[in-house]
Amino acid sequence: MNDVVNSSPKAAHVQAAGVSLTGLRKSYGSNEVLKGINLDVAPGEVVCLIGPSGSGKSTLLRCVNLLEQPNEGTVHVGGFEATHPDVDIDRMRRKVGMVFQQFNLFPHLNALQNCTVAQTKVLKRSQAEADKVAQANLDRVGLGHLADRYPDQLSGGQQQRVAIARALSMDPELMLFDEPTSALDPETVGDVLSVMRNLAKEGMTMLVVTHEMGFAREVADRVVFMDGGVVVEEGSAEQVISAPTQDRTKEFLRRVLDPTHIDLS
Amino acid sequence: MAMTATQRARVSLNVQAGIFIVAVAALILATDWETIGASVFNFGKIGPMFPDIFLVGLTNTLVYTFLGFIVGLSGGLLLALMKLSSFPLYRWIATGYIEFFRGIPALLVFIAFGYGVPLAFGVSWNVTVVVMVSLGMVAAAYIAETLRAGLQAVPKGQLEAARSLGMPQWRAMVTIIIPQAFKIVLPPLTNEVILLTKDSSLIYVLGLTASQYELTKFGRDGISSLGAGLTPLLVAGALYLVITIPLSLLARKFESRSARTKR
Ligand SMILES: Nc1ncnc2c1ncn2[C@@H]1O[C@H](COP(=O)(O)OP(=O)(O)O)[C@@H](O)[C@H]1O
Ligand SMILES: [Mg+2]
Repeated sequence: MNDVVNSSPKAAHVQAAGVSLTGLRKSYGSNEVLKGINLDVAPGEVVCLIGPSGSGKSTLLRCVNLLEQPNEGTVHVGGFEATHPDVDIDRMRRKVGMVFQQFNLFPHLNALQNCTVAQTKVLKRSQAEADKVAQANLDRVGLGHLADRYPDQLSGGQQQRVAIARALSMDPELMLFDEPTSALDPETVGDVLSVMRNLAKEGMTMLVVTHEMGFAREVADRVVFMDGGVVVEEGSAEQVISAPTQDRTKEFLRRVLDPTHIDLS
Repeated sequence: MAMTATQRARVSLNVQAGIFIVAVAALILATDWETIGASVFNFGKIGPMFPDIFLVGLTNTLVYTFLGFIVGLSGGLLLALMKLSSFPLYRWIATGYIEFFRGIPALLVFIAFGYGVPLAFGVSWNVTVVVMVSLGMVAAAYIAETLRAGLQAVPKGQLEAARSLGMPQWRAMVTIIIPQAFKIVLPPLTNEVILLTKDSSLIYVLGLTASQYELTKFGRDGISSLGAGLTPLLVAGALYLVITIPLSLLARKFESRSARTKR
């Protein structure tokens, strides 16, 4: 905690994109969920976070944009020291797009409005400009023709793609994905993954919690395996998924890669 | 002779219907229709009530209810947000207010604002202000609880999604959470309006001039001036139903619509 207090206010605006977590700890009551996490994501890098249910992956992701306040440690993101006491959290969050497992689209707004509301209210863009940006991003996720549909008129996979377009409409420097395909019917998973694949190709910095090992293998520059609130193993997808060195990693992969195993998490 | 369950149920229903018919018949026979006719259904003498019962009584009831509702809705929203605040002092104030105003008769509030406050502070409020404040402050307590439940019924992920797009808390509430909560609370809120419509009659405790009469007061006035017994009250009662039954139907419509779609 001390180094946070001692750093100068200027430190809140250090110029460096990407994410840097140091000594991150988070507890809920007496339950310590993150036990000192160090993790860097370089600008343009795609990092996949894997690990069993309850290992703290969501909590880690939510600490990056401060949906959860860490108890200890520092978070640097998109040039901001997010954990600095004087940081403008809302300004920081504009640079960080987040995609949730349950989509969380705004049900009272149609797809286009979902993508424009924060542009006009937060970025103060004109309605015309916001509409243009939103339409371009809906086109980008392949849903330009459904711009006037409401969330309850879209399939799960379509909703998740709108959610991605909504985040992209804010021109983020970093995208966080929390199991974006876990709540989807199998036949719509592919569309969402291919949108994410294109995003990675275009050079977006991405931190992705996923159980899709195929996606991780193909897209991730780095894979991080977490268990029990610590990073157990990290390296290239090849290293971590195909040739893990830690027993806990091997055990986890054996379970998720076994097609007969039903993972209820 | 054994009966099936359906047969038994049918017999039981017939017995109940029979008892009901006998009871109604006994009541009709025992009633002194002449007296009732003169004191309750005496429509011959109520001509002078019209058209003022519409122009004054019904209009004032609607105006008082509307004003009370506007104050109640604004106050209720403020209290609901205070009650959900992470700042304990706000929660305590809101809880204290809600428990107090839900716990005392609305009549006492009317007396307090009609006589107590003007006396204590040496001000003289006109009747409209007293109704607006009294009705509004009581309504705020009930509406606050309705709105709080509605706000809490909006999934937590909505606020998180809004905040993660960089919206400050107030903006997320105004643009994302409150519009959704309002759709959830539309049916119970309509019921609050029905209660308010009826509570607006409590204004009778204040000294009113004829132009300030609402339905109940108008009806009571008719009792003493027309010599038609309670008939004027019957008319006033019917006009309450003209307001409340459509509201009731509206509430039911909102309910079935929100059950069909979240929009
Ligand atoms: N808001 C919360 N309050 C209390 N405990 C929580 C909360 N969120 C998560 N946890 C606990 O933290 C642990 C890690 O959760 P989570 O980060 O969601 O794991 P994962 O995403 O890897 O499945 C779990 O034991 C969970 O019960
Ligand atoms: Mg999770």
